[in-house]
Amino acid sequence: MLSVENLSVSFVTRMGTNQAVDDISFTVQSGKITAIIGESGSGKSVACYSLLGLIPQPPGRIDGGRALFNGQDLLQLDTDELRKIRGRDIAMVFQDPMTCLNPYMTIGDQLMEPLRYHKKVSRAEARARALELLDEVGIRDPASTIDNYPHQFSGGMRQRVMIAMALINEPQLLIADEPTTALDVTIQAQILALLAALQKKRDIGVLLISHDLAVVADIADQIVVMQQGRIVETGDRDAIFRNAQHPYTQKLLQAIPRGGKPVALPVSEPLVTVRNLCTWFQSDKAPVKAVDDVSFDILRGEVLGLVGESGSGKSTIGRSLLRLVPVTSGTVHFDGIDVTALQARELKRLRRRMQFIFQDPFASLNPRMTVYDTLAEPLLLHDIETRSTVGAHVLRLMDDVGLARAAVRKYPHEFSGGQRQRIAIGRALATRPDFVVADEPVSALDVTIQAQILELMRELGREYGLTMLFISHDLAVVRQLADRIVVLHRGKVVEQANTEDLFARPQQAYTQQLLQSIPGRAVRTL
Amino acid sequence: MSAPLITDIAQAEQGTSLWRDAWLRLRRNRLAVLGLAVLCFFVLVALLTPWIAPYGYAQQNLELGATPPSAAHWLGTDIFGRDLLTQIMYGGRVSLAVGFIATAVALVIGVTWGAIAGYAGGKLDAAMMRLVDILYALPFMIFIVLLMVVFGRNMLLLFLAIGAVEWLTMARIMRSQVQSLRQQEFVEAAISLGLSPATIIRRHLVPNALGPIIVYTTLTIPSVMLLEAFLSFLGLGVQPPQTSWGLLISYGAESLEEYPWLLLYPGLALTLTLFSLNFLGDGLRDALDVRGAKD
Repeated sequence: MLSVENLSVSFVTRMGTNQAVDDISFTVQSGKITAIIGESGSGKSVACYSLLGLIPQPPGRIDGGRALFNGQDLLQLDTDELRKIRGRDIAMVFQDPMTCLNPYMTIGDQLMEPLRYHKKVSRAEARARALELLDEVGIRDPASTIDNYPHQFSGGMRQRVMIAMALINEPQLLIADEPTTALDVTIQAQILALLAALQKKRDIGVLLISHDLAVVADIADQIVVMQQGRIVETGDRDAIFRNAQHPYTQKLLQAIPRGGKPVALPVSEPLVTVRNLCTWFQSDKAPVKAVDDVSFDILRGEVLGLVGESGSGKSTIGRSLLRLVPVTSGTVHFDGIDVTALQARELKRLRRRMQFIFQDPFASLNPRMTVYDTLAEPLLLHDIETRSTVGAHVLRLMDDVGLARAAVRKYPHEFSGGQRQRIAIGRALATRPDFVVADEPVSALDVTIQAQILELMRELGREYGLTMLFISHDLAVVRQLADRIVVLHRGKVVEQANTEDLFARPQQAYTQQLLQSIPGRAVRTL
Repeated sequence: MSAPLITDIAQAEQGTSLWRDAWLRLRRNRLAVLGLAVLCFFVLVALLTPWIAPYGYAQQNLELGATPPSAAHWLGTDIFGRDLLTQIMYGGRVSLAVGFIATAVALVIGVTWGAIAGYAGGKLDAAMMRLVDILYALPFMIFIVLLMVVFGRNMLLLFLAIGAVEWLTMARIMRSQVQSLRQQEFVEAAISLGLSPATIIRRHLVPNALGPIIVYTTLTIPSVMLLEAFLSFLGLGVQPPQTSWGLLISYGAESLEEYPWLLLYPGLALTLTLFSLNFLGDGLRDALDVRGAKD
């Protein structure tokens, strides 16, 4: 149905020409789901956006190639002709449902807009059609919610609305750009299932763009693997998973988290004891109970996984343990010291022994400080080194986290996401802490980088004898690192167990649901 | 990559600093260097004026009257027969001093006040910013007249008074910058390292808020110079025979048709200063933005 031949797209900037898409060819068959897989910067989105004339030109430039859609070359069409095809024959679903809906229009009006624009139907007919589609994408009670505004819907519901909007004109091809990346795991599983079901029912072609091989593994028929603007491998899903030819594809497959931590530690005494912890945030009405009466222990030398969806309070717990947010009630004992009762001066001394690794390495490093200054800061602050001796220590840290010594004078923006996270890990480990809270340390990273950082954390954890609280929404990632897991839901502990027990015999319904939502079942069963 | 590569410890031990890197980058910006050179020249002349000025600033030659530029008086004379070049040189002392000192006062108070309010948040923030609002609401003229009446007319006091008015906007800009910056994780990271609030503000917040602050500073210096002219015109600032660029310009504007050079040359001095400041300000902002074109 769609056949892309020798497409090349480049971006011309002052710094030179950047070949974003380099001579790629692929086809999308009607009635099949074709997935384009690649890490950030691989050109997967640019390739698809350029088909619909959605990349800004300049700086973008289509250098050549054809994109035949039902015999018509999309690249030759002018903007008016393209606009007719967009939304009618080819529809798109974007990554972030939070920003893709107009906050000032009811979802009904937004749904009816493309229909009335392309098909010239009456308002009543359009509304009837919108109701039908909302029902089809699984919005409960569409008759009463159709006149609601986007903010009244959750992220998953908004993505359903976006899908309904894309499907309302009965397109032949649906392009979905990372449709589940911004969503929680359980919601992600639902949306993927919905996409697959709708595709089957309507027998349309779907082009799914994703960075996550595990996500597409369950629903894709065809897989196209892109790396640095080129297609490195194309094939049936099973062929790719069973018998990947290209080393990059093999690397991607290996990066899919599976299996557990190799060795379990002998039982030891608790280093951190959390009892009846409550962290509430003031709001206009009732306080928001982000963490509500939570108790658990973290044993010396273990990695405790803290798992939950967004809003479950997992990050707030991590921050509460280190007193980065004020605790409402309850106690946190660290090595016998009650952290919640400490004065500023004693707290400062304790901070040397407990550190935090943040989720987003682009936000957690001061953009105006060089790596050197960033790593030297904790060493100087806690009088571990003096100005004249700190240099050697900084370089040792660089070695430990696997960064080139030569990069020590660079600023954070000159590094990739994975390298930045290495810097952040180096900063956290500089004072040789006993205890580290790692808050989603790999969720902002590409899959292959994710695997490297996890490996680094595992190694350093052993080398430094760390006790770690590893916070994540991703059970598959936690499983690789954690000895035990605590499952959170809406600020409360649902279940805690040894990692392998939890995966083998989940006791609670919510845990079971979480486990079932882990993407990539197809890969693991192969 | 322009950053020097470090391969051995000896080099690494020198450490690095944002300001040194900024200076290296600034030196490559020709306009900014030109601006800096012109400003340095003006400041140097202002400092040396008592020794190098061709005439005394009060020295009149009433018989001469207003004459166009000549060999004896390079930039001509004013209606009292005073040498215009001398006037501009002495006026520059006052204008540049007001511009830089009052702005420095505004900068120090405004940045500190705004950073503390923005970082502390809550009640302290509310109290500090309400004070700013109240001072905003006070008619600034009355404020300065009051100061002059109570303490007598005094050059230093004038600097302080103008600075004390100009810091309000600076504080607001700084506060809004800090408020958005402190939400970022690197500030939380600094807290979790155990840094004190003062260190966090100094090392992590202020350097990241410099862009808008520098731009506003380069806008404040000229506006302070004009403010001084206005106050002098009202009789609250410097008084003849002392003078400033602002005063020279306002006298020059009165006799524009007969003696155009009386407006032209002081105006030129002020304009050159302002241009230089703007170029230097833009250059500084770019130089301090480490994400800027480094390659």
